Amino acid sequence: MTVINATTIDQVVSALREYPQARLVQGGTDVMVEVNLNRARVHDVISLRRVNELRRWHVDEESGTVRIGAGVPYAEMERAPLCLHVPALGEAARTVGAPQIRATGSLGGNLGTCSPAGDGLPVLSALDAVVHLRSADDARDVVVHDFMLGVKQNAKRADEVIVAITVPLLVGFQGYAKVGMRNAMVISAASACLVHDADNGNVRLAFGAVAPTIVRARAAEAWLAERVSLRNSLTLDGAIAREFGQLAAKECAPIDDHRSTADYRRHAVAVLAERLLLRAAEQQGRDE
Amino acid sequence: MATTTATSRATLGTSAVRPDGMPKVQGRFAFASDVWADNMLWGATLRSPHPHARIRSIDVSGALAINGVSVVITADDVPGQLTYGLITSDQPVFARDVVRYAGEPVAAVAADHPETARRALDAIRVDYEVLSPLLDAEQAIDGSFAAIHPDGNVIRNQRVIRGDQSFVGDVIVEGSYELGMQDQAFLGLEAALALPDEDGAGVELFVATQWLHEDQKQIAACLDMPLERVRITLGGVGGAFGGREDISLQVHCCLLALVTRRPIKMQYGREESFFGHIHRHPARIVMRHHADRDGTLRRVEARAVFDGGAYASTSSAVLINAVTHMQGPYRCDIATVDGYVVRTNNPPCGAMRGFGVVQACFAHESQMDKLAVACGLSPVDIRLKNAMRTGDRLITGQIVESVAPVERCIRETAALPMPAPLLDEPDALELPGGSGLTARRSNIRRGVGWGVSIKNLMYSEGFDDYATARCRLADGVVTLQFATAEVGQGFVVLAQQIARTVLGIDTVLLEPISTAIGSAGSTSASRQTWMSGGAVDGACRLVREQLFAHVGATHDVDPLRLAIDATEVIDTMGTLRVAVADAARGLVLDETFEHHHRATEELDENGQGNCHVAFAFVAHRAVVDVDPDLGLVKVVQIATAQDVGRVLNPLAALGQVEGGIAQGLGLAVMEEIVLVNGKMRNPSFTDYLLPTALDAPEVVVTMIEEPEPQAPLGAKGIGEPPCISVTPAIVAAIRDATGKALTRVPVRPQDIVFGD
Ligand SMILES: Cc1cc2nc3c(=O)[nH]c(=O)nc-3n(C[C@H](O)[C@H](O)[C@H](O)COP(=O)(O)OP(=O)(O)OC[C@H]3O[C@@H](n4cnc5c(N)ncnc54)[C@H](O)[C@@H]3O)c2cc1C
Repeated sequence: MTVINATTIDQVVSALREYPQARLVQGGTDVMVEVNLNRARVHDVISLRRVNELRRWHVDEESGTVRIGAGVPYAEMERAPLCLHVPALGEAARTVGAPQIRATGSLGGNLGTCSPAGDGLPVLSALDAVVHLRSADDARDVVVHDFMLGVKQNAKRADEVIVAITVPLLVGFQGYAKVGMRNAMVISAASACLVHDADNGNVRLAFGAVAPTIVRARAAEAWLAERVSLRNSLTLDGAIAREFGQLAAKECAPIDDHRSTADYRRHAVAVLAERLLLRAAEQQGRDE
Repeated sequence: MATTTATSRATLGTSAVRPDGMPKVQGRFAFASDVWADNMLWGATLRSPHPHARIRSIDVSGALAINGVSVVITADDVPGQLTYGLITSDQPVFARDVVRYAGEPVAAVAADHPETARRALDAIRVDYEVLSPLLDAEQAIDGSFAAIHPDGNVIRNQRVIRGDQSFVGDVIVEGSYELGMQDQAFLGLEAALALPDEDGAGVELFVATQWLHEDQKQIAACLDMPLERVRITLGGVGGAFGGREDISLQVHCCLLALVTRRPIKMQYGREESFFGHIHRHPARIVMRHHADRDGTLRRVEARAVFDGGAYASTSSAVLINAVTHMQGPYRCDIATVDGYVVRTNNPPCGAMRGFGVVQACFAHESQMDKLAVACGLSPVDIRLKNAMRTGDRLITGQIVESVAPVERCIRETAALPMPAPLLDEPDALELPGGSGLTARRSNIRRGVGWGVSIKNLMYSEGFDDYATARCRLADGVVTLQFATAEVGQGFVVLAQQIARTVLGIDTVLLEPISTAIGSAGSTSASRQTWMSGGAVDGACRLVREQLFAHVGATHDVDPLRLAIDATEVIDTMGTLRVAVADAARGLVLDETFEHHHRATEELDENGQGNCHVAFAFVAHRAVVDVDPDLGLVKVVQIATAQDVGRVLNPLAALGQVEGGIAQGLGLAVMEEIVLVNGKMRNPSFTDYLLPTALDAPEVVVTMIEEPEPQAPLGAKGIGEPPCISVTPAIVAAIRDATGKALTRVPVRPQDIVFGD
């Protein structure tokens, strides 16, 4: 077993070329669980912890975006200033595991694992995030919707490393809500992220843990856009919010498992979508 | 005894600090899994993937071919008795012909490294003929399924019949209640180190267990050795809650050590732990209560079915507790109770904190609330009206001689402050859903619920579960010896407190907890403070008697006039006053004492008889916030007044109360082993959920101190009561908030959202 302690992305990608079977490890909060449960046999490891570039984030005012390094830990996302730029990501980060997990777990790992219950992923979906990938040969950007392919399947090639994620800086409400079977430190049974882009009035909604991968509720988004004048002011009556939630829930394909039931999950995302939309309207009312 | 003014001595009644406290907090405490020996090998267990199958053959050659594998053992290698068990010996050391639950041990290996051992397990080929499993407890009763074990499918059936069986009350309420399978989920995993004697005719075992001498007995029988050749020392234990009463890896570990003549270390991981120990019985209880119009309880009818899983463990005793506690802490003259505990191909169930009473209590407390509604009384008034008192009879005919302050428990709980109402903009983390940020204030409804319980203390049905302790006073230092398993409850500090109080000496050393002394019985049934506490107290008193005899002779005073005042021996009728340390100089006093509780009887076929030793009572009031649309719950506060006899260590007592409440909360809203076709779906802490800090409520407590005359120190056991009636109290509060029937625990979000 070889362990490569890379310090630059160039070292990472050349190591990936040299050891094509190597496993990338950032926080290790998914990898080590797999190893301990004997679900993964790890031969070579490329540790990303000392790659400082992956741990940085910065705001690009010109393009109105935030670029977040793949190794930035959740603990940093849940706190100011980063959570002020991307509030939904801050809320999602706060729901991940325990403080120990948040101190080290990352979006790179969340995307790498690509579980439908990954808490960062609905946020990236609702924000139409772009995933930046690098290999020894090339660099490419993939929209997050094209990146997430299925249960624990993504579009990353074996020779690639996720370098960063870019999300837009938006004006307007954004929020993440997650239902689990206890009040903290729990795997999502159903989750929702809603983003209101107050500049153009778009409302975007994504769900986690209710399909093989993250679901964007595009039909419900379009339905809402037809019904409500969304530019700047989001005024809403309760019945519309309720119907929006129910329509959106139809776009899910949840399952029964030991954590919950399909019926409950479908019900829960409808409630979450309704509540998030009402919160968005409330905030819009306050902002004006 | 002479009174002492305030001192900083860590005697009885103070929050004396535990000797194992700092090491545990600092990570220096050696748990059983930390024990190590030179030249040791690692043991590992192969388990059946099927809940029911016939073993056609086992081929171990692939495992033996692996470099570093020393040995593979199966049922054929067990030299003595092929089975073990706490009450009946029905559980195989290794399955031989049939496996009866998914997770049953089939073989064990010893290898030079845990990873080698794991690979060896993978290389063992077991040819199974899969059989259809018996999973429905009713099928075990009605005989429609062929016996899955030579002992049959009904482990025990017991009725309790008392009074006029044709009585019909003016008011009748009925219900059917169900409890899922809870796990003890102790944090310190099963672990042991076995060292073979050089002659191969004996073994020394360091193990995390609850009852050293019972282990010794069962291991010796399986190894075909005399008792004294199996010497057991307690390894550091990280919690037990009943889950370490049964044998898990003990026999496997000793046997591997004897076969290889090398030290063997075994330890389970978290997943294996779920397969390696027994669980709380899932149960279904149908109940009918009859009362007068004013709410006076007259008759309880109940049919209880407990799923014991594949092997008997303590099932028959659990059932007896359930059927004899069906009335709850209330007067009731007429009873018609029928209870079954049956064998199925589910994982075996046995002892867990509350031991059968948890199941009965969820049912009878749910019924009391129904009765309150039917009679137009509040939940508090119906309970006060029927509260049991000392001198009342149980449905077994036994008179409750214990102090029985049920009414006081209820009144003092009611007097505890309610939590502050929810703020207009509460901290979102404090709402149901917690860090998931699912709710706002307007989504929440608050509810209040009650639960009260009675719990027997010590073992029942004629069992003499005595405890032994030894006290040695030499050079002014006391050394105590006992085999009382310290599983986290704090007996080690209590023993020191007793010795300091009785003997006036502050330096109290503890011998290793081992089978080098007589049995202390099990650390279960809320019994060690009473039983081992009584034994330590008795041994210290014998030493004190000798000390007084010596001081009396030296100073020419009648020893009967002498007493201990703080750290001095004093003449209560004169002026003599000598420091114990001086009085004891040069003396070596050494006494051993056995404490026995009073004898109990077996039940007759109608469930009549004085089968229990003593009882403790407690009341719980739960306040919960519920998000009815999502079915999420936050338990805001638990108020409790507990009948404890006497508080011997306030901090330790509070720890038991708070911990028990968290465990009862777990059963109420989240803890369940999910079984599908006899297989566990969630054997991990990712999916077997325990309450976190955000789930744990504020706890407000009153300790009710009415010393128990029967108890050596006046103190009742306090370990189990906190976790019993808190579960129904929480469920009642959720019902209050939502109007839903909620007849099953744990209450799941979908039960609140979609339930009736
Ligand atoms: C106790 C516990 C609780 C948890 N709770 C939650 C929770 O509530 N919500 C949740 O979403 N998750 C949870 N997780 C899972 C985990 O913490 C997250 O998925 C986290 O985002 C993983 O990040 P990491 O940096 O630790 O990933 P790692 O374990 O280091 O890596 C995960 C995968 O991603 C790959 N990878 C990592 N970085 C890169 C990169 N830069 N480029 C390409 N591939 C990469 C790795 O090769 C691996 O396949 C929990 C885990 C534990 C142990």
